[in-house]
Amino acid sequence: MDTPVTNAHEIYLLLPEISMGILAATIIIIDLISQKKNILPIIATFGLIFPLYFSIQLSGTNEFAFSRSIIVDEFGLFFKYLIIVATAIVFMSSNKYATVFGKHQGEYYALIILSATGMMLLSSAVELITIYIALELTALPMAALVAFIRIKKSAESGVKFLILSAFSSAFLLYGMVLIYGFAGTTYLLGDHSLSTIISQNTENPDLVFGGGALLLAITLITVGFAFKISAVPFHMWAPDVYEGAPTPITGYLSVASKAAGFAILLRILYTSFDTYEIITDWSMLIAVMSALSMTLGNLIAIQQTNIKRLLAYSTIAQAGYIMIGLSAVANLPGGEDQSGPAGILFYLAGYLFTNLAAFSVIIVVSNNTKSEKLTAFNGLSKINPFLSAIMALSMISLIGIPPTVGFMSKIYIFSSAIDTGLEWLVFIGVINSVISAYYYLKILKAMYIEKPDNSEKIRLDTGATLSASLCVLGIIIFGVFPGPLINIAHNAVSSIIN
Amino acid sequence: MEFNWILSIAIFLPILGGLTIAIFFSNNTARNFALFISTLELFICGYIFYIYQSSSGGIQLVDKISSWFPQEFFKVEYFLGVDGISTPLILLTGILGIVSIFASWNITLRTKEHYMWLLILQGAVIGVFSSLDLMLFFIFWELELIPMFFLISIWGTGRKEYSAMKFLIFTLLGSAFMLIGILLIYLSTGTFDMTKLPSEMASATLIIPASSIFLLTIIAFAVKLPVFPFHTWLPDAHTDAPTAASVMLAGVLLKMGGYGILRVSASMFPNQITEFAWLIGGLGVINIIYGAIVTLRQSDLKRLVAYSSISHMGFVLLGIAAISGPFGEIGLTGAALQMFTHGTITGLLFLTIGFIYERTHTRHIPDLGGLSLKMPLLTISILIAGLASLGLPGTSGFVSELTVFMGSFKAWTLFTSISVFGVVLAAGYILWMIQRSMFGPLPTRFNSLSDATWAELIPITILVISIISIGIYPSIISDMFSEGLKPITIAIEAIN
Repeated sequence: MDTPVTNAHEIYLLLPEISMGILAATIIIIDLISQKKNILPIIATFGLIFPLYFSIQLSGTNEFAFSRSIIVDEFGLFFKYLIIVATAIVFMSSNKYATVFGKHQGEYYALIILSATGMMLLSSAVELITIYIALELTALPMAALVAFIRIKKSAESGVKFLILSAFSSAFLLYGMVLIYGFAGTTYLLGDHSLSTIISQNTENPDLVFGGGALLLAITLITVGFAFKISAVPFHMWAPDVYEGAPTPITGYLSVASKAAGFAILLRILYTSFDTYEIITDWSMLIAVMSALSMTLGNLIAIQQTNIKRLLAYSTIAQAGYIMIGLSAVANLPGGEDQSGPAGILFYLAGYLFTNLAAFSVIIVVSNNTKSEKLTAFNGLSKINPFLSAIMALSMISLIGIPPTVGFMSKIYIFSSAIDTGLEWLVFIGVINSVISAYYYLKILKAMYIEKPDNSEKIRLDTGATLSASLCVLGIIIFGVFPGPLINIAHNAVSSIIN
Repeated sequence: MEFNWILSIAIFLPILGGLTIAIFFSNNTARNFALFISTLELFICGYIFYIYQSSSGGIQLVDKISSWFPQEFFKVEYFLGVDGISTPLILLTGILGIVSIFASWNITLRTKEHYMWLLILQGAVIGVFSSLDLMLFFIFWELELIPMFFLISIWGTGRKEYSAMKFLIFTLLGSAFMLIGILLIYLSTGTFDMTKLPSEMASATLIIPASSIFLLTIIAFAVKLPVFPFHTWLPDAHTDAPTAASVMLAGVLLKMGGYGILRVSASMFPNQITEFAWLIGGLGVINIIYGAIVTLRQSDLKRLVAYSSISHMGFVLLGIAAISGPFGEIGLTGAALQMFTHGTITGLLFLTIGFIYERTHTRHIPDLGGLSLKMPLLTISILIAGLASLGLPGTSGFVSELTVFMGSFKAWTLFTSISVFGVVLAAGYILWMIQRSMFGPLPTRFNSLSDATWAELIPITILVISIISIGIYPSIISDMFSEGLKPITIAIEAIN
């Protein structure tokens, strides 16, 4: 398994990421030589077939690559699918929006792909430095993308994102340094790795680390990733950045970045720190953050009048729900199955379709009305019933009302938490679902009850129609027949939990 | 895997019919198609009622697909079936479904959406009554929210948006607690199967004390029924809802609460329901008397009927409270009967008031008067409904209230004695309301009003027939109810 030299097989294992990188380069080259910018989104979207194909080819493998710093397993592949699908949907929904970038369209698509490459790498990284590099590869293109519309608000958001990314990376690095200092390894898996060192000292893992250092390291790493998934109290950047960034990027941030953040957090916590003595500690830490995220996110969202800010706070709250699954650790008494982490995977997949459906609609509406206020949605059901129905379905899914995937994922996550004795957290969760209904319904109310401010036609482009329809299919199909997705999620999770 | 199709058809015919209307029909043709679907639905519900064999009892007409969810991870099944409790309620939903289509006959605003939501609502409610999987029950329970929200907030009157939001938040809050309860039940017993749960619950070691789970689940039903002090959404929602939605709301949605108490609380928690019978009975008395007193001073016709519903739902609670006494079976049958009869009676009241409102454009009682001169048929209709509501012998209201009293008197003598005054108060508010609005001198501005049309007489006739026939020959449904309630009473007797 442990081969020192890079060989062809290792390249093969990394083909999804490599093909993503090639795709990004291709787009930049075509952008240089071709004057027709409207072929770029088509190439970008269809180009994603290659990484998707290679990922599907790899399914079933469970191998290390590049000196154990990368692992190709079902868990990583699940997130690769997720990120590729999210990227494709964002490309479709933004093909019209991106025309405002003029001659910089090529960079727009290429940067998204580069960031996606980082996320895909992140989901398979099992070595601390590789994790850090993948994370930076994710964050830097993203910062450029956030600042892509050259207006003050967007630039400000970009700088905010950059600074806070660096800030959170510093936390992360500090945590990693502590681990390396005490354990003498940066590997998560294999011989002489974090997982073996900790599991050999099950009774008191702190001994290796010198009292409390391990806990400090875990806390710092969690904090670092808490920035990425915008969990309270590390959420402050999200509303500003979400509001200032180009709308498709906001959607992308809220779905793909979040998924990648949860992927790596799950992997680190579950592969290395899964000894009973420390699980109880970090499980409680995450449970508290989850409760705070849900409550604060929902309460502040109520007062928002800008749709992107509202969805930013909703994202914070949704991160809270997902973290319920993270704190419902399988190794705790009672949690014999992996429904907690599997619930996260299911939730993230459902959330992808739900949130991107909403953002597809927002892109079209704000493009036509030149407004991102909630009032821009007034009377949308009369102007464009198709768009308003999609938005309504997405909101219903975010509240968690059947027959949508949002309902199923909430049930699944709540059930896993009760299974591990976190009844209090579920209690907070369900109360929060009720609170959230209020502001999600405000959007429904605006669309279906208010009179339209001006009855100008809203024109739908093919890309947005496609992406929205795809999301709706996802919401309904996985809402009514969640079985296959649950199976896939469990299959993926079983590769990191033994 | 058993599959009889009929229940699945009963659920999905209106839902798919509603979606078909939204996609393929224009505002002008939607009405006829909706009527066609709801007529078909009435026949299907009638057929279910007809082929259910109450002599053999138990669960019948089962539809079951286990492969819906991966069973090793989450044991949710698609499991439908009816017994003696749910069959009459499905018939009631079928009846009120067609009535609500007729009630919205003259709607002109966004017609096809209106019919779409009505039909989806009907399908969801039938789903609630026929689910035998606890999670499926919950799914249908939640599915009914969005149609009702839109029905009230788009086609309602007055403070419709406020009322719709209040309805939704109250119900969601109740069901949030129920969800925790359901998950606790599942994780304690490892099954969602409502036919197995009563015995499983008795033997399983529960995660938290049974009485806590019992209270968690019953809150949702208490909000829906509604039980004092969770009742405040009801007068708002009823008053501001359009006629069709009021009919469905009072007629079947409140019954979901009562049905839930019988199906979940009483069947799965026989110990706890006897333990808390005093509370249920006590709240029932508060509902009856408080509801009746508040009703007396209402000046809006719909608000009046809304508060009277709170009073009448108190009888359901009182009947359920009788479970701890020697005549528990009679009490429960009375409660179930009261749910069915209240559905038809209040449905008829809301319907007639809706028709009157369409003509007079006011529901304010002091502004009305003498309407019997101009609309004798509608006056007869409101008289029949009113007299049935106050429990006149010969109508279904009498039968159900009497049965409740018979069941509860021995167990809760004081409660029952107080509750009887609820009937007296009902006579007061109903007769006073009819006298002030229908009789006396006719204001001149009402001179040009006309009586009911044929499209309005059809639903009135359907409801009047069901009120009178149950009043004269109650065993059509009471036998079925008491057969369906037998498992509960047997379990309770085993404890006592």
